[in-house]
Amino acid sequence: MSIRIGTNSFEHRVQEGIKNDFMRGAVSSAQGRFRSGRLKAAEELGNWEDWRTLGEEIRNHTMENLDFYLQQLSDQVSKRGGSVFFAETAEEANDYIQNVIKKKNGKKVVKSKSMVTEEIGLNKALEEAGSEVVETDLGEWILQLDEDPPSHIVTPALHKNKEQIRETFAAKKGYDKTDKPEELALFAREQLRKDFLSADIGITGCNFAVAESGAVTLVTNEGNARLVTSLPDTQITVMGMERLVPTWEDLEVLVSLLTRSAVGQKLTSYVTSLTGTRLEGEVDGPEEFHLVIVDNGRSKILGTEFQSALHCIRCAACINACPVYRHVGGHSYGSIYPGPIGAVLTPLLDGYDDHKELPYASTLCAACTEACPVKIPLHEHLIRHRQIIVEKENKAPKAEKLAMKGFAKWGSSPAAYKMSTKMARTALKPWTKDEKIENGPGPMKAWTDARDFPAPSKQSFRSWYKSRRKGDES
Amino acid sequence: MAIQNRESFLNNLAENLGRSRRKEGVERPEWSVSPQWEVYQGYSEDQLVDVLEKQCKVIHTDFRKTDAAGLQDVLKETVDRYQGKSIIAADDSRNQEYSLDSFYQRMEADGVEVHIWDAGKGKENQVFAERADVGITFSDATLAESGTVTLFNSKGNGRSISLLPKTYIAVIPKSTIVPRITQATKHIHEANQQGHEVSSCVSFITGPSNSADIEMNLIVGVHGPIKVTYIVVEDK
Repeated sequence: MSIRIGTNSFEHRVQEGIKNDFMRGAVSSAQGRFRSGRLKAAEELGNWEDWRTLGEEIRNHTMENLDFYLQQLSDQVSKRGGSVFFAETAEEANDYIQNVIKKKNGKKVVKSKSMVTEEIGLNKALEEAGSEVVETDLGEWILQLDEDPPSHIVTPALHKNKEQIRETFAAKKGYDKTDKPEELALFAREQLRKDFLSADIGITGCNFAVAESGAVTLVTNEGNARLVTSLPDTQITVMGMERLVPTWEDLEVLVSLLTRSAVGQKLTSYVTSLTGTRLEGEVDGPEEFHLVIVDNGRSKILGTEFQSALHCIRCAACINACPVYRHVGGHSYGSIYPGPIGAVLTPLLDGYDDHKELPYASTLCAACTEACPVKIPLHEHLIRHRQIIVEKENKAPKAEKLAMKGFAKWGSSPAAYKMSTKMARTALKPWTKDEKIENGPGPMKAWTDARDFPAPSKQSFRSWYKSRRKGDES
Repeated sequence: MAIQNRESFLNNLAENLGRSRRKEGVERPEWSVSPQWEVYQGYSEDQLVDVLEKQCKVIHTDFRKTDAAGLQDVLKETVDRYQGKSIIAADDSRNQEYSLDSFYQRMEADGVEVHIWDAGKGKENQVFAERADVGITFSDATLAESGTVTLFNSKGNGRSISLLPKTYIAVIPKSTIVPRITQATKHIHEANQQGHEVSSCVSFITGPSNSADIEMNLIVGVHGPIKVTYIVVEDK
């Protein structure tokens, strides 16, 4: 898997999503719960706007000095016995990790949830090289057994119901109990314990690295990431190059913003900061540690008007607030990064060619921007994407281009405009239903194919204004 | 250890940022706001204990409060409630200070298997922890707001103790309680600046493990402990 999921067209994916009643119900109730959790957690703090300002300032400063802080981080990791590999591409990262595993003669890999390893297609690369790879996050494990991509960056199996999960466990692992979530989770605990205890290699992502001391911080709830980093003798951590903070003092601010925005928790069950290899005399933790820092298209965003997209801390607050995601679900985006941040980030990382619809999968209502804990102006980035798609890339849908031409011709002649506003209501009557035009003629068709157009008012603005000045308030 | 591909990678970043490489001299600016320091500002230790107790309800954690003399009884009640037949505990200098040593002897006399973490025994510690019913450690810093115990894991306090057993008990000396994570990370930041090596694993633990991955239902107890008790003790 890479950043792209599936080969179906955007329209096809959206139709699939809209037809999936369970998924739509699950998504809207999840959005409601996530959203109220976030708002409550923010309200408890009282000064949420100050927190957001602080988060934005820290992210901004870190990105402006990214080369400095990555150098400091790598020096500190190295000092604490860890190896650091800077990977410009997904292939470089995967090759390096394959080599480490080969050298250690590793057979079994246990992984904790990581979006960047999904992005670079690590699992596939490792399986092709002959390793057994086990995802240990409950949601990711379900998806792995079912060979299904994630649909949400915090709860990846959001689109599945408990009956489907029970069936998957039964078919793939011989599970014979009920579909009670507690029983399903207990089964996963028992099954995966064996994998943790027998694995040679642990692979994690990274929520935030701390440049000043070389720590890698994992923010989790289930405890699997602690097992992945405590039991196997080799640990490999893969991080997107922007996932770091200058100091421990900044770490706590971003962790606080992340846990509140993601799940409405003050802190998750486990916030675990790991530095280098285990120390002399320690039993738990790796004797060999590798940090892989991944670019994979991120550096192209630095220094551009989209730089703040790199500030994202992957909390999914924008996804949980988005009315479009609510209706079409995660898989419609065709990217492992769905929702507003996905629509901003995916074209930047993977080009416009395959993702030109994504910036249009938004109502521009700005709920995403308002929800973002580090103040990324998401809807403004989406507008800018649209401008680029239309102006530079020349990729706007053809029909829409023609329609705009028609409107331009009509609107630029005052006589034609005046005449048509008078006549419009009568002329458009055949297409008008409940004061809406649903399937308009000529240049309007391209517009009304996708949305309704309000029927012209009985009275034009000009005639209303004239009569109002005469004192007639009607 | 080796650092590979760094120069070309970082030079490229600097180039895209439109300036020359910054290898030194970058100072963190003073941020314009500091809301994190306002949380429970000026609260007394007792007030913070109250905050902690309230938060324990939110994080599905049992809360007990006692003094040094009562600690053994509260511990025994908790182990019994967890039907603990085997205990793994950290090798901590505070074991003696808070008479946990004699508590463990008492439990052994009652037929409970007790294993104090012993770095010399290597992986045997993990094997015991994996089958132990109860893990017991002290908290090194306790965060009232979130209900979090902080462990600076070390060769006497293995990561497995608070992770592998089905249940976990944290003994919290009252003086370790601070308003929130801000105070704990400031301490780590300053120690690091003074040249003290940060622990290879700093664990911030907030109640039992949980998941909402199945239909957004909260499941308490997944890979880590399923039940957790915090015991706040008046300092000696």
